[in-house]
Amino acid sequence: MRRSWWKILSVVLLVYTFIGGFLFDVPRLPILNESIRNLHFHVSMWFSMMLLFIVSVVYSIKYLRKGNYGNDIRAAQFAAVGSVLGILGYATGTIWANYTWLSDQHQSLSSVLKEPKLIGAGIALLIYGAYFVLRSSFNDIDKRARISAVYNIFAFAMLFPSIWIIPRLVGSLHPGAPGSETGNPALNFNDIDSRLRIVFYPAVIGWTLLGVWIATLKIRLQILKDKILING
Amino acid sequence: MGKLISRLGVLLLFTFSTLAVSAQENVQMADGMRSNGKIYVVVAVALTILAGLFLYLIVLDRKISRFEKNEN
Repeated sequence: MRRSWWKILSVVLLVYTFIGGFLFDVPRLPILNESIRNLHFHVSMWFSMMLLFIVSVVYSIKYLRKGNYGNDIRAAQFAAVGSVLGILGYATGTIWANYTWLSDQHQSLSSVLKEPKLIGAGIALLIYGAYFVLRSSFNDIDKRARISAVYNIFAFAMLFPSIWIIPRLVGSLHPGAPGSETGNPALNFNDIDSRLRIVFYPAVIGWTLLGVWIATLKIRLQILKDKILING
Repeated sequence: MGKLISRLGVLLLFTFSTLAVSAQENVQMADGMRSNGKIYVVVAVALTILAGLFLYLIVLDRKISRFEKNEN
């Protein structure tokens, strides 16, 4: 095993997240109640996804500049782990929304289904899904690497309108949107409480490092597979 | 000095407003769970799962390292 300080840091930070996230005092917010603790789990999934996608697109650009095949493998595996975190973020969001939007705020199902943040995040994840479809449709390694690197830049660029900009322009139940003053009065992430912050930021770093760890394992495995393929 | 006083004033106002808010709203929290200590069970379970996940990762990491050694 490759011993690295950041793997240990990931373990330490996530253990801290689980202890602090469940036990520390949190602000008493209506509608959210104790579910505000989801901040350390649901929200940090999306933060980590974003960071891993940034790493992925950097490797894609590096590949396009120098044509180093290893960078193509790295870009693909970081995008894969990022997508897994994104799917987990979506899944946890549906559970959370079920109790805060549907049960407590008595929102109709149709208003939740029209939710711009959910649609945007869905589009973003589907665009990344298409990245893997595209990758697997090439037999030629160079062509696959080059075209999927270009597509990865497009997919990354599409993240910004679909999950950051459009949900903020249109009213949304999700915190962080302009409509959230009326839709969800409970939480505004601009003034997120310092009691949450002392767990939330370490949580983001810890989850991201865990994602990086898994990604490096996948990268090493893929490189091994390719070596075996070349050497016979 | 005047700046300091005005800052303190803002701070005091802020504290009072938050106090007022917390006095108004009686938000339900899982206080009972905390008082009888059962929340620690949840933390223990969650930490066990986390430990299992990390162990799995470490085993995988070792396995891949072993293969890498054989390849070179």
